[in-house]
Amino acid sequence: MATLLEVKDLRTHFFTFEGVVKAVDGVSYEVEEGETLGLVGESGCGKSVSALSLMRLIPDPPGKIVSGEMLFEGEDILKIDMDDMRRIRGAKMSMVFQEPMTSLNPVLTLERQLSETLQLHRGMSREEARNESVDLLARVGIPDAERRVKQYPHQFSGGMRQRVMIAMALSCNPRLIIADEPTTALDVTIQAQILELMKSLTNEFGVSLIVITHNLGVVARYADRMNIMYAGKIIERGTAREVYSNPRHPYTVGLLKSVPRLDLPRRAKLDPIEGQPPDLINLPQGCSFRDRCRWAVDKCATEEPPLMLMNEGHWSACWRSDELGPSALDFYADAEMLEGATNGGSAADSEPEEEN
Amino acid sequence: MTTMTEADQRGNGASPENDILVEVKNLQMYFPVTAGIIFQRAVAQIKAVDDVSFFVKKGETLGLVGESGCGKTTTGRCILQLYKPTGGQVVFDGQELTSMSTRQMRVMRRRMQVIFQDPYSSLNPRMTAGNIIGEPLIVHGLVNNKEEYRERVAELLQNVGLNPYMADRFPHEFSGGQRQRIGVARALSVDPSFIVCDEPVSALDVSIQAQIVNLLEDLQEQFDLTYLFIAHDLSVVRHISNRVAVMYLGHIVEIADRNEIYANPLHPYTRALLSAVPIPDPVIDAQRERILLSGEVPSPLNPPSGCVFHPRCPIAIDSCQQVIPELREVEPDHWAACIQSPGYGSY
Repeated sequence: MATLLEVKDLRTHFFTFEGVVKAVDGVSYEVEEGETLGLVGESGCGKSVSALSLMRLIPDPPGKIVSGEMLFEGEDILKIDMDDMRRIRGAKMSMVFQEPMTSLNPVLTLERQLSETLQLHRGMSREEARNESVDLLARVGIPDAERRVKQYPHQFSGGMRQRVMIAMALSCNPRLIIADEPTTALDVTIQAQILELMKSLTNEFGVSLIVITHNLGVVARYADRMNIMYAGKIIERGTAREVYSNPRHPYTVGLLKSVPRLDLPRRAKLDPIEGQPPDLINLPQGCSFRDRCRWAVDKCATEEPPLMLMNEGHWSACWRSDELGPSALDFYADAEMLEGATNGGSAADSEPEEEN
Repeated sequence: MTTMTEADQRGNGASPENDILVEVKNLQMYFPVTAGIIFQRAVAQIKAVDDVSFFVKKGETLGLVGESGCGKTTTGRCILQLYKPTGGQVVFDGQELTSMSTRQMRVMRRRMQVIFQDPYSSLNPRMTAGNIIGEPLIVHGLVNNKEEYRERVAELLQNVGLNPYMADRFPHEFSGGQRQRIGVARALSVDPSFIVCDEPVSALDVSIQAQIVNLLEDLQEQFDLTYLFIAHDLSVVRHISNRVAVMYLGHIVEIADRNEIYANPLHPYTRALLSAVPIPDPVIDAQRERILLSGEVPSPLNPPSGCVFHPRCPIAIDSCQQVIPELREVEPDHWAACIQSPGYGSY
């Protein structure tokens, strides 16, 4: 597989009155052709900014891409001028935004909105663009597309609007689609529909996909590889299988352990990551996760751990990575975490909240 | 004490009447759709909640799950009498609420509180955290002087894991998780026995969600609280609830003990919901059978005939288009509204 996109040491900073916000600070990764990459992290960790940087849609001022390279099909798209960028954006690289409610123009019909891209990038006439819009809507599973294309966004439900966004992103046969929290605003049953749709369409057209999310569960089934971000940096990357079953960074372990799992027996208590994400203006010296980390040692306060190779293709930025792994993922490490198998946990004497 | 244990034991055996804190009987909430500018007239009705009955026992958490627009938030608000229900009854600790006057209701509100979904819009940005938490104390006359007021606010802040000195800060100075803690403290301030938690964690990051869920559980134990936990995330609901009710388009389609409903879902909608929940493990998730429901939730303006789920139901038969399935106890303590579930009987 050839590499479609290569990001090297990307740094996007925001220059505000309070100080410099290092939203993305030295991020490097690749996207292979046809693969699905998951980009996971909490709000404020820089995952959306890194996606907007790829599209060069960072509002300037206050934002600025201060350094880095982004090789897209071998060309550094950070060096090209905005006119050339405009020819790539929407055509070879497109984006599906989180909020299908707000990212469509409420006063234009879908036909107008879909045709705009088609006329601009594919040089279609109005008539051709109209027919193509109907085809696109039908392809993303909107019934009665012929009639629906003449309607306005408010006449569509959330899931349908997200389908329209996907149709728009696909309209110029892009090489790469960036989906920023594509299902967060949707209900679970619709989430499943949208993800299946995106997976089948990207497979069909051989498009690469970057899925940005804060929920590790959402991408488990679809991602080939994962990047976990924290405080503007990638702190773990590897194949999805490796990252989920053999996590090597305490933050990844924490994320996996803090969510209740439907497929496992209920735990008496959830195991949250304590504390709050750090302030990106005054990042502490050393590892930025150490205040919330159970494994932190003295070294973490002074030296920032670089991404270190664990296995083939699996990297982690933690001084104690070697001690982590599947054993750290034991959901019932403390005896009281396991609840009695009886009904409703009533007989579980070990459950701490029931101790008298 | 051990409220959880007692609640669970009750769940396993007979449930005497006096153990029930909140009972909802045939609740209906129809919103009128109006036309005309000056002389508005109702042209249609949105049946947001249609003939919903359930009860919440003292000390338990009842989870109420469903997709957006299914009426779960409306149900919660009807219980609190924030909406005047179109029909049906809400009985709180033996007292019927729907016929109460505003004045009588204000007294009742001390005992029933709500935590809202969005910690960004549910706190007044011009009030300090301390005043947000303390306002109910003044409204209900629970403190006699400033000193008591300050002490109580400080105590409430500590109860939810915040520092007393944060009372002078404004909401924008807090993170999402901390704001939700303020919302919890405000609900606790009047020392209620029943709290409607309306999607309290869905706006938060996963790592913070677990903090709030644990906080809610600790407080339940500490203050003998009863929760109605409204959410769309089934894995969180299974974690926090003793029993779970599933709603679809204004109707409750299934109610059962949390382990029962996840191990043995009887309604096809419950099965589809459960199969759609992603599991954060690619190997396990790929092996699971996924029931993809076609289409979307129909409009409550014009709900389908018979069983409201039949247009999307993978196992629907002809009778489903005519028969409105009532919620029946098909197994002990397991209620379902599907004519095809085993044990449902004749229809």
